[in-house]
Amino acid sequence: MSETTEAEGPVTIVETPIHLDFSYTPGVASSRFLRSIEQGRIMGQRCPKCGKVYMPPRGACSMCGVATDEEVTLSGKGTVCTFCVTRIPSPGLDAPYVSAWIRLDGADITSMFLIQECDPDEVRLGMRVEAVWVDEDKREPNLGAIKYFRPTGEPDADYDTYKDYV
Amino acid sequence: MRRDVAIVSWASFETPSEPARNEVEMLLPVIQEALGRVGLTQQDIGFTVSGSSDYLQGFPFAFVGALDAVGAWPPIRESHVEMDGAFALYEAVNVLQEEGIDTALVYAFARPSRGELDRTLALQLDPYYVAPLWPDARGLAALQAQAMKDSGRYGDVPDVPPTYVADGCVAVVLAVGDKARELTDNPVWIRGIDHRIESPSLGVRDLTTSASAKAAASTAGVQDVDAAWLHVPYPHQELVLRDALGLDGQPVDSAAGPVMVGGLERLAAAAAGIAGGRARRAVAHATSGPCLQQNLVAVLEGAER
Repeated sequence: MSETTEAEGPVTIVETPIHLDFSYTPGVASSRFLRSIEQGRIMGQRCPKCGKVYMPPRGACSMCGVATDEEVTLSGKGTVCTFCVTRIPSPGLDAPYVSAWIRLDGADITSMFLIQECDPDEVRLGMRVEAVWVDEDKREPNLGAIKYFRPTGEPDADYDTYKDYV
Repeated sequence: MRRDVAIVSWASFETPSEPARNEVEMLLPVIQEALGRVGLTQQDIGFTVSGSSDYLQGFPFAFVGALDAVGAWPPIRESHVEMDGAFALYEAVNVLQEEGIDTALVYAFARPSRGELDRTLALQLDPYYVAPLWPDARGLAALQAQAMKDSGRYGDVPDVPPTYVADGCVAVVLAVGDKARELTDNPVWIRGIDHRIESPSLGVRDLTTSASAKAAASTAGVQDVDAAWLHVPYPHQELVLRDALGLDGQPVDSAAGPVMVGGLERLAAAAAGIAGGRARRAVAHATSGPCLQQNLVAVLEGAER
């Protein structure tokens, strides 16, 4: 036995494949949000205690620990709070591409989206952007319903309006 | 224990299959009910701890997401066990021994109806030699039942039904000493609590007895109890537990409950029984792992010392 072990060495890898199937349940609030996205509308929820508007909503204010019931429709316009230019390609994305944290008007948290229809070198903090939607008949209840954001051409937002989100 | 700890409030929810709400939406009203019954908010809680398993939800750090249901701002002192919530309660009882921490919130949640519980539980087994064989949880329980039949010590051993699957959550509020008396007229004191684990290798265990439940009961001080609330995932396990805990004719309330939730629910049910006058001094039990691998035993008492 010991001679065999010395000759062949220790086993260093054991493969034990694992596979489990799950049904994901987004929840009541996220379901309503995903349906709104499918209809070309961005729905947020306001915390009854601190007043913060969550987008996407998850049914609870993670700061206050209370249920968020009041729904708020957001305009689909927002401000770039921070961004990253990636210069190597990703699956489905040619380089360079820009991903940005965008604070939608009326929302109190930022969300990540792509920015297109402009030179990556033009993207900057405070830039005003708007959602570009997938065609209505091709939308599904997921964030892929928003293709990307593009500049609106409006003057840049005042720094004070987004300084807490940079 | 240097400081007396009492269960002062509880709330729970159970359904065969929760259709629409996610874990946070299911937990929120239950936590609010448990806190609200003693007039507390999350800001009044000194220590928060939960029991759940991310394997049931199918994504990592799902237990962190559940913090949305308590509101972790300003930052709270918090912990988690990847076990039944009863074992989270054990951690809370220990943390409450520290001066300056007088209240604790313990909660547990699970929605196993959306996965394959019998298979998911296989992942708590030895990952090299046992889990790859995917022994289902009911099958392992049946091995235990068969060993009990073969031992000839138990008379009729019940058949093993399908693994109990239900969704639910439970929240329990703990407080120490005078704080407990201030919050409720009926604090249910935890007079003793212990938990023990046996080998993860089923082949080396005697599945017909529970050395871990017996040892935990000895440390917890299970004497002169007038009722028992037992966590029994499969009916034949009640026979093993009655034996290990030395129960002798006392009324026994057994339930499986949702996985990860059922054990903490047993502690809450025992507290409710004592507060409601159905018992004065009772044993509450919780289990985790295959074939009663881990057992927690607590002695609860209603009257003051």
